[in-house]
Amino acid sequence: MRSQASTLDPARASFREVVPAGRYWIKRVETGQTVRIVDLEGNQAADTLFFDALDPADRYSAVDTIREQGNVYLSYGSRLLATSGNVLCEIVADTVGRHDTLGGACASESNTVRYALEKRTMHSCRDSWLLAVAEHEEFGIAKRDIAHNINFFMNVPVTPDGGLQFADGMSGPGQYVEMRAHRPIIVLISNCPQLNNPCNAYNPTPLEVVIWDADVS
Amino acid sequence: MNLTRDHTLYETLIEGGKHWSLNLRAGVRLRLVDEAGGANVGMLFYNPYNPLERYNAPDTLKCQHTFKLTRGHCLYSDMGRIFCSIVEDSVGWHDTVCGNANAALVRRRWGERSYQEARNDWTQNGHDAFLVEAGKYGLGRRDLAANVNWFSKVAITDDGSMQFAAGHSVAGAHVDLRFEMDTLVLLHTCPHPLNPAADYPRKPVRVQIAEAEPVGADDFCRNFRPENQRGFENTRLYRTCGCGVARSG
Repeated sequence: MRSQASTLDPARASFREVVPAGRYWIKRVETGQTVRIVDLEGNQAADTLFFDALDPADRYSAVDTIREQGNVYLSYGSRLLATSGNVLCEIVADTVGRHDTLGGACASESNTVRYALEKRTMHSCRDSWLLAVAEHEEFGIAKRDIAHNINFFMNVPVTPDGGLQFADGMSGPGQYVEMRAHRPIIVLISNCPQLNNPCNAYNPTPLEVVIWDADVS
Repeated sequence: MNLTRDHTLYETLIEGGKHWSLNLRAGVRLRLVDEAGGANVGMLFYNPYNPLERYNAPDTLKCQHTFKLTRGHCLYSDMGRIFCSIVEDSVGWHDTVCGNANAALVRRRWGERSYQEARNDWTQNGHDAFLVEAGKYGLGRRDLAANVNWFSKVAITDDGSMQFAAGHSVAGAHVDLRFEMDTLVLLHTCPHPLNPAADYPRKPVRVQIAEAEPVGADDFCRNFRPENQRGFENTRLYRTCGCGVARSG
C-alpha cells in the first residue's frame, strides 16, 4: 500500500466541479492533464471508467491492469491499461493507498440479487452511466462499452482462501486520488448512490473533480 | 454424476491452444475435463437473443462474496440472471480476474511461433481466440469482458500480490456447468496469462454435453447463498415470461 501526496495547487487548477451523489460526470481529458477526484466528506465511492478518446472501443481493462502490475489493488504508481495494453493514465498521487477494481458497479439488477428483488427500482451507478452516454452521444460510447470499472475510495479485500470482503472504507473527508493522462481519454464517473451497503457508509455524499493542465506544477 | 456414453449428447476433444464456440440451451450440462493436467479454458457467456447481456465477473464475485469460483457458485450476467451453475468441481478454485494472454504477452514469454512456421503448433493467444469466436456472432472487442479461466488458480496475498498456482489442476480433473438459460459460449484452450511454464503450455480439454437433472427445491447451487435464490428467481421470470424463449421448467 503506497500513499503519495500531490504537489499540485488547487488555486492553479483549470477546472473544478462538485459532483453530487447519484449524478454522473463525463469529460475528455487531454494528454498530460491531471485529474483529481476528492472524497469531500469521506467514505464515498467514485465508480469510474476510462476510454481512449481517439478509439473509445479501447477502454480501461481491470484484468489487464491488475495482471500486468501483479497486484489486485490500485494505488500510487498504478498504470491504468486499456485492453490493447496502452496506458490510459497513471495514478500520480493517492492519499488513501488502496482502491478496488474487482467489485464492479451497482446496478438495478445486481441490487435485486444482492439485497432483495424489491430493490430493483433503486438508483444505481449503471443507471447514471447509461444516462451519461445517452446525453453525450458525441463520445461514441454505449452500453456495449460499459464494463469493469474502478471503485476509487472503496476497500474490497481478497482473503487468502479466496473470499471477497466489503470492508469499511479507508478513505476519509478530503482524501483524494490523482491520475495523469498518458493520451487523450474520456473519464466517466458515477458518484455512487448505493443505499444498501457500507461502501459509502449508507450515506452518499459529494465528490469534487479538479483538473490541472499539463504545464502547471 | 457419472457421464456414461448413454447420457452424453455430444463429446469432443479440443486440443491445447485452440478455440471454439457453441450455443447451449437451458437444461444441458457441460463437462470440461483436463485431460493431461495443467489445462486452462478461457470462457465467455452471452445471451444469444441480446448479446448486450453478458457474463459479468464483478457481479458474479460480489453477489457471492467470493474471489474464486467453485461448486455452488453461479455465473451471473449483468442483468442479474444466471447463465450457468457450477454443479460439480474436482478442482476447487477457478480464476476470473486475470483475463487473457495477448499476442505481445505470448511473444514476450514463450516467443512467437507463426502459423507459417509451425502450422497447428503455432502459439495462439486467448485474446485473439475470443475475437475470432466473437466475430462469428457479429460481436467484437467492445463486447469482450473479464472471462473465466477454468482449471487455473491465482491466489492473493495480504498485500494484494497475485500468485499463479502451478500444478493446481491434475489429469482427469473436471468441472460441470448446468445452464440455467440459453447461452452463447465462447471458449479457448490457450495458456493462462500468468502461467510461468518455460514452454508454451498446450493442454487438451475434453468437452462432454449431457442432459442435466431438473433443478429441485433443494438444489445445492440455488441454496448455496440467499443471493442465488434471488438470481434463480430473476432467471425464472425471464424463462417463463420472456419473449420468444418461454419453456417449461
